[in-house]
Amino acid sequence: MTLAQKLKARMSAGSAFLWGLLAVVVIALIPPIIDGGSQLFLQRVFDSMRNGAVYAVTAIALVLIFKATTLINFAQANIAMFGTFLCWQFTVKGGMPVWLAIILAMAIMAAAGATIERVLVRPFDPSDHLPVVLITFGVAAILEAFAGGIWGLQSLQFPSPFPTKPNDRFTIGGAFLRYETVGTIAVMGLMLLVIFTILKRTKVGLAFRAVSSNVESARLVGVRTGRTLQFGWALAGALSVLGATMVAHQTLLDPAFMAKLGIFAFAAATLGGLDSIGGSVIGAFVVALVQSMLTGYGQQIPGLGWLKSNFALVIAFALILVVLLFKPAGLFGTRRVERV
Amino acid sequence: MTTPLLEVADLSARYGAIQVLRGINFEVNTGEVVVILGANGAGKTTTLRAVCGMVETGGSVRLDGEDITGKDTAEIVRKGVAHVPQGRGTFPELSVIDNLLLGAYVRKDGEVNADIEHWTTVFPRLGERKNQPAGSLSGGEQQMLAVARAMMSRPRLLLLDEPSLGLAPLVIEDLFRRFADLNATSGTTMLIVEQNAELALEIAGRGYVLEAGEIVLAGAAEDLRTNDAVREAYLGA
Repeated sequence: MTLAQKLKARMSAGSAFLWGLLAVVVIALIPPIIDGGSQLFLQRVFDSMRNGAVYAVTAIALVLIFKATTLINFAQANIAMFGTFLCWQFTVKGGMPVWLAIILAMAIMAAAGATIERVLVRPFDPSDHLPVVLITFGVAAILEAFAGGIWGLQSLQFPSPFPTKPNDRFTIGGAFLRYETVGTIAVMGLMLLVIFTILKRTKVGLAFRAVSSNVESARLVGVRTGRTLQFGWALAGALSVLGATMVAHQTLLDPAFMAKLGIFAFAAATLGGLDSIGGSVIGAFVVALVQSMLTGYGQQIPGLGWLKSNFALVIAFALILVVLLFKPAGLFGTRRVERV
Repeated sequence: MTTPLLEVADLSARYGAIQVLRGINFEVNTGEVVVILGANGAGKTTTLRAVCGMVETGGSVRLDGEDITGKDTAEIVRKGVAHVPQGRGTFPELSVIDNLLLGAYVRKDGEVNADIEHWTTVFPRLGERKNQPAGSLSGGEQQMLAVARAMMSRPRLLLLDEPSLGLAPLVIEDLFRRFADLNATSGTTMLIVEQNAELALEIAGRGYVLEAGEIVLAGAAEDLRTNDAVREAYLGA
């Protein structure tokens, strides 16, 4: 199939509706954008890219588990939060170099993810989602309680893995593109490459794709499905920690710091398609861009001035709702075609 | 007497309150093609699923003398049983090549690529479409893929669940001729469950007739073909 055919096949009524909705938002933003000038606009695009990269990493962690089990792991954001605290402990308290601390924290939370799968998820009937969803909520609450008990509820300074001095930035068209932003996007790109390599080039990746496609057939070719899913949980755990440590310098670290970000990541994954890694990355940058624009310009849109900066969070929820109603597969997710 | 490759004794299975298999006995010897005939709901699919550990079962299933009753499906497959389920059971989003690679998932030898070469020569349509998603193949091509994938594991025992289902008559004939060839050239032992008695009995050495969860008739394929009850029920004569 050519690219044009592929795009056409995916452009069903549902996705046309979603693109239309995005277009309305964009059109409403045009007057204030023109008012503000190109430099301010460019700055807001740059500001959104870093959030986009972080949402993407977190969204991919959700997608990995969803692809294989059609399950939303509501503990993912707090697994990331807990890993970030561990990282803080290693680097701020223990004096470890920040990158080493990040890798160590990723490894620990990968092991934690694998353990959660083995002990709390695998014993349950996979066709009944409710018990497992409730368990992921429970794990989220427990992690938050432990983090609060160990590290307290006040916001902690978190070191950035990138240069953050005021002048560590490029200037493009009068707007500033910070090294941190470029670094975060680079890390996300590298991580995508690693994931695609694992999925496409390794045996465990092949098994993972098999389980995602058809669990029963995966068993029939001898794939040990439990261990394969466990691998997915471990990978998701490590990734989400990586994403969270990229952003904690900016947001500061406390037990609830990932909650809001988790919602944006979920919106990104839903928009892009919960079973599409590439789609969720695009979804992440779209959500971040819309968020940045609405936060920056939203109050100048006639009739919307009363919505303050939390407007973006409302939009994220609305987006999740609209996607699930009109195009549950998202913009780039797959719908199965059964053939006889 | 040598040990049968597959020996099933007093096999029973139920879905909730419904008893599907009521203590059936059968065996498949190495190199044989055995067919189990039966109408819809007779328990054919359940029989194969029970052999593969995919349903709770009573009784015993022995593979080459070893008790595999109730073992995990992935472990039974690793012992050399390949199962082509009803409705093919391919991986629709994955390419034809990836489907074949998954067939060889349990193998550790270095001849996997040579086998892919072999099966895409036996089924040229699969070679032509090797990079396409399996879900885009026609029903007949998917059935070929399912068989090729099963053969990629170099099984000792190949289980085929109604391979003719949903296929055009000419495609079915071609498919059964290939099964006969496979058995003749590679010596693969096969257990086929079918409603299409005519073609199945043509390539099988022995057969059983399953009715309402019980085996009511057993014998050489030739005898079954001429049996009045079988002719009436399954051969439409």
